[in-house]
Amino acid sequence: METPTNTDRKGKKKSFVVFDSVQKTYDGESLVVKNFNLDMDQGEFITLLGPSGSGKTTCLMMMAGFEVPTHGQILLDGVPITRLPPHKRGIGMVFQNYALFPHMTVAENLAFPLQVRNMNKSDVTAKVKRALSMVRLDNFGDRRPAQLSGGQQQRVAVARALVFEPELVLMDEPLGALDKNLREEMQFEIKHIHDQLGVSMIYVTHDQSEALTMSDRIAVFDDGIVQQLASPEALYEAPENAFVASFIGENNAFVGDVLELSEQEASVKLPTGQVVRALPVNVSGKGQKSTLSLRPERVVINPEPGTQPNILDAVVHEVIYMGDHLRTRFSVAGNDNFIVKTPNSFGVSRHKAGDKITVGWNVSDCRALDA
Amino acid sequence: MSVSMPGSQTNPESGVVGSGGATAPLLAADGRPLKVSLRRAMFKNKARALLLVSPLLIFLFVAFVMPIFSMLTRSVESNEVITLLPNTAMAVQAWDGEGLPDELTFAALAGDLKQGQIDRNLGRVASRLNYEYSGMRSTITGTARRITNLENPESWKETLIDINSNWADTGVWRVIKRESSGYTLSYYLAAMDMRYDEEGKIVRQPETRRVYVDLMIKTLWMSILITFMCFILGYPVAFLLASLPLSTSNLLMMMVLLPFWTSLLVRTTSWIAILQSQGVLNNILVAIGVVDDNNRLQLIYNQIGTIVAMTHILLPFMILPLYSVMKSISPSYMRAARSMGATGYTAFRRVYFPQTLPGIGAGAILVFILAIGYYITPALVGGESGRFITNFIAYHMQVSLNWGLAAAIASILLGAVIMLYLLYNRIVGSDNLKLG
Repeated sequence: METPTNTDRKGKKKSFVVFDSVQKTYDGESLVVKNFNLDMDQGEFITLLGPSGSGKTTCLMMMAGFEVPTHGQILLDGVPITRLPPHKRGIGMVFQNYALFPHMTVAENLAFPLQVRNMNKSDVTAKVKRALSMVRLDNFGDRRPAQLSGGQQQRVAVARALVFEPELVLMDEPLGALDKNLREEMQFEIKHIHDQLGVSMIYVTHDQSEALTMSDRIAVFDDGIVQQLASPEALYEAPENAFVASFIGENNAFVGDVLELSEQEASVKLPTGQVVRALPVNVSGKGQKSTLSLRPERVVINPEPGTQPNILDAVVHEVIYMGDHLRTRFSVAGNDNFIVKTPNSFGVSRHKAGDKITVGWNVSDCRALDA
Repeated sequence: MSVSMPGSQTNPESGVVGSGGATAPLLAADGRPLKVSLRRAMFKNKARALLLVSPLLIFLFVAFVMPIFSMLTRSVESNEVITLLPNTAMAVQAWDGEGLPDELTFAALAGDLKQGQIDRNLGRVASRLNYEYSGMRSTITGTARRITNLENPESWKETLIDINSNWADTGVWRVIKRESSGYTLSYYLAAMDMRYDEEGKIVRQPETRRVYVDLMIKTLWMSILITFMCFILGYPVAFLLASLPLSTSNLLMMMVLLPFWTSLLVRTTSWIAILQSQGVLNNILVAIGVVDDNNRLQLIYNQIGTIVAMTHILLPFMILPLYSVMKSISPSYMRAARSMGATGYTAFRRVYFPQTLPGIGAGAILVFILAIGYYITPALVGGESGRFITNFIAYHMQVSLNWGLAAAIASILLGAVIMLYLLYNRIVGSDNLKLG
């Protein structure tokens, strides 16, 4: 990230948005945001992901200017904006419930940010028209927000945040109110708009699949702290701690004590006595507690003895038919909720509840994390 | 009505019988038209709903609709002549209104007066005709007394004119003829400062006797002023109520509602204590030297008193609808406006304020309608200049006992309020009205 110039090859600014050790408390007793650092490049799509109450929305509100950090600084394009009122920041924002002005038509809603900038009438009309066609609502200018469907309102909200051409757009759980199909459709639509316009976006959500589909980088929040800031792939494949592993994607977890520890391998003894060989990621020494994390699709069912470094006995509890894959719940080493996903391809054997079989997995697929 | 009604459901198969013909009415499974089936199914629900509200409907009918109807009737009713001087009323119809009526009419009058004297009920018709033509009371009672023992004189016409020369006045007979139809406009004319002149034409009252029109206009603008004051004072309070944290806003809400828990008389008299010339406010002003002791401000028993006290009393009716509307406006609208570059003031003016208009409308119409019909407060603190039209309605009801005039003024007031509401509805739209 540290480069001598402030722009990369495409002319995009480095460090476009910077959060520098930002803290926030509302009551002076507990910190909602404990120590937030972010270095965002221009044109990036960054998602703040976390359970509710984890501080992600507070960070967004500080960026927009509706909350003031208790400590630390926020820079936009190199300029400290911590004390700048919201209307001088020039940041577009999409709100959770869209916040479309109910007493104005769609076109008036879109014209609002342009009118407060004293733009002349013909420019306003032209820009509103362009913004409407960008979100494919060309003929909806005269309608009131209440006359639109949820998805259409959502698109108007996005258009309104973009119509005055801000360089940064904030989105606060914008798809939360939509049903599943529409949500997925809108995810792609927002992603396409982001790619087309090249604006920077900070997106807040608690939906991990939304974060994984759309983002360049994701900051996983918990308890006011960023647990991991990385690309979607790195978050899923290489979670750095137990919270990220359990929050992103599905995860089989075992807790045990570290017996042996080397650079490449950690041996962890489970409470039931079995020893599992795993990749050490976030363990510091022998004798410590560690959480082992294993993705359900990386488990091999009934492996030939000797082909996998870890082979454990398993009892089938239930098999759930999911269409494209089968989801089997096992009891393994005291964990009754051990999930295995197998693609529903030709020749896959289906187990019945009560079957006793074995499951196995690779050392590198099983990550030894903090307890 | 979402009450489930066992036994009244339509057959689930109804409607599927439609035989493809788009014009043929759909039939239910039992062959009846679908609409009839639906009506039958809904009947029980509707009947039950009606039954539940029937006590209220009956109450409203007895306590609200009937009195209003009776008031409207009374404001045009004039049955004294037709019931107490029935023969005269009939005979005078033949008269063309020029000169004097014929001997028959005079004879009928004499007969009616004799009968009235026996029945002792001439007082009502005498005072009724006296409203129309001053002097008629003594004319009728005097004449009746003098002819009691008179039997068939040569000419009733001459006899009566001899007794009282008013009977030779065409105007008197015109009044009798006009009032013998059973209905009259004269109460409404009086309420609008007009009257019939000698020829029976409608003219304005002489300048010195014009009271009601000016008073009505004054009532109207004072009500508008009170409504406006309530809006100016109530809007910020409602805004605070809607935006403060719950514990603080609950306390504030108690303070808003406190006046409701105090008797209207207590509140009004406490304003007397505050505003009178030896009252709290004047004492303070004198003490700090703003006002000279010999020159104390007259703040009560005039328009100021009425406006101050009524603004205070009606304020909650403005605050509560405003509050309920403001409470429903999400703070994210203001935030959205600010994020799009609007200053706080612009965001308020263009985004927040327009959304509170339904509340303003509801509060304003509530306060205005209450104000225009207010009676106790103006009577107590209004003095001479701060009186409302309602105080005159009460005067005619209780003191002058001219109920017809009271009813006419009240009907005009009712009409004015309805007109204003319709006008408001036309401009603002009643669906833009949010009372809570």
